[in-house]
Amino acid sequence: MTLVILSLLFWAGALWVNVRIAESRWRGTRAARLGVPAIFGITVLVVWEGLVRGLEVPGVILPPPSAIAVRIGGSLDILWVDFLQTFVKGALSGYVMGCGAAVLVAVLIDRSPFLQRGLLPVGNFIAALPIIGTAPILVMWFGFDWQSKAAVVVVMVFFPVLVNTVQGLADTSAMQRDLMKTYSASYWQTLLKLRLPAAMPFIFNGLKIATTLALIGAIVAEFFGSPIKGMGFRISTEVGRLGLDMVWAEIAVAALAGSAFYGAVAAIEKGVTFWHPSQRR
Amino acid sequence: MKSIFPVLTVVAAILALWYAAAVWMNATWTYDQAARAEVELSLGEVVKDTLNQERPKLPAPHQVAAELWKTTAEKKITSKRSLIYHGWITLSATLLGFAIGTGAGILLAVGIVHNRAMDMSVMPWAIASQTIPILAIAPMIIVVLNSIGVQGLLPKAIISAYLSFFPVVVGMVKGLRSPDAMQLDLLKTYNASGSQTFWKLRLPASMPYLFASLKVGVAASLVGAIVGELPTGAVRGLGARLLAGSYYGQTVQIWSALIGAAVLAALLVGTIGLVQRVTLKRMGMVR
Repeated sequence: MTLVILSLLFWAGALWVNVRIAESRWRGTRAARLGVPAIFGITVLVVWEGLVRGLEVPGVILPPPSAIAVRIGGSLDILWVDFLQTFVKGALSGYVMGCGAAVLVAVLIDRSPFLQRGLLPVGNFIAALPIIGTAPILVMWFGFDWQSKAAVVVVMVFFPVLVNTVQGLADTSAMQRDLMKTYSASYWQTLLKLRLPAAMPFIFNGLKIATTLALIGAIVAEFFGSPIKGMGFRISTEVGRLGLDMVWAEIAVAALAGSAFYGAVAAIEKGVTFWHPSQRR
Repeated sequence: MKSIFPVLTVVAAILALWYAAAVWMNATWTYDQAARAEVELSLGEVVKDTLNQERPKLPAPHQVAAELWKTTAEKKITSKRSLIYHGWITLSATLLGFAIGTGAGILLAVGIVHNRAMDMSVMPWAIASQTIPILAIAPMIIVVLNSIGVQGLLPKAIISAYLSFFPVVVGMVKGLRSPDAMQLDLLKTYNASGSQTFWKLRLPASMPYLFASLKVGVAASLVGAIVGELPTGAVRGLGARLLAGSYYGQTVQIWSALIGAAVLAALLVGTIGLVQRVTLKRMGMVR
């Protein structure tokens, strides 16, 4: 009981600190903008630990963060193997193949407004479907190993990136295209020097959405069959064995991988689309 | 409407490719069976066999259509083999979760816009959580909730609620902050209180953003409900049909469940699009 009261007191204290920072004259500084969510996150962890230990919640329902940290420390090799299997071999390869194919197809159908008018509604429809449902079919076709997971990721990321790229290629204004015409630029020169760079903000928007979809696709596809390694495999088997601290350890690794992946793509975007208004400080 | 002909052309092309792929992928089995029976097959016989197998690697469109018809129109709605029954199980979890997630999301968005401490502490986490594969913990949530006695509809609804929550928060915050300084100043000249500004300016201005995130949220809710049916060997719902089909090698069943889920997703997103068009038209905000 004391732990419960202590953690609630900690929460109240941290909330007071955050309110004070948010209303102080330092609220616009970088330290404040990073510190307030950090304090919030630490509070969540402390309250979680205090409530779970204080109310004596069984470890098979909700393990406390300290137990999860111990498990992470003790299982680094397993977590690394799972990370390689799911993220590097499954998600990353599928992401590269799917996004590359989508940009290529978008460039190919760029010459034909007829095909664009036909493909975009179909593409929007397919992008809204629960593609996860194709996972068992793709496992049946490509086998249990990482190839089927990469196939699921390709199907999941293809249409969102395609729709965004087509939208981006259409984004140039008439004046810009006329300027290229006055330079006597060919179709391919206009494409490479004007329309593709102008499409980069849209393409990166699609690429950022695709990072989340790639990781989700790779993990959930492993629920349908996988060799005895991989994040999804580990999550589903540890759930069956009631080893919930390992499940949370895998979730922590997946969360880190997902955020790092998104952050890497956003950093590349900042470098490539430095000229865009959204990149202004 | 001018895009109806291109769309039909693309759909026809997809169907043609599907038939060709079905023949190509199912041919191995056909040739194996023929070799066992020591029979020579002509091309026409191969094509006919590949398009009518019982457990094909890739079912032909007409096989999927026949299975869809069999499990929807020819079965009673209450039968456990009816796709409509399973679709309703999934739909009810989706709708409940979507309602909870949207309601909570709008409330949190209102809180974020009006309270600076909440804005600075919660908003970065809301944005960051969109990069985390939440769907991966669906099995765990189902099992944990089952073990404390919460079964059936509610665990799936909770997963759906979580998946639709963050898109709605992010979209609604953007929308509630969309009125520009001139509009906010105008209301200040009218001596409008905070709540009057909210109801008369911020909330109506956020409608386009809300509907955009509702479309994303409802698709995510549906995926959440389907994935929520996968663990614990669920027996009802579209996800359960998918799983059962993959366990028992009933490929046509998998495809019909998939098409059922696709139709459901299209219906949900289409309904929200319709509501969006009607609402925005009545508010004078049609773009």
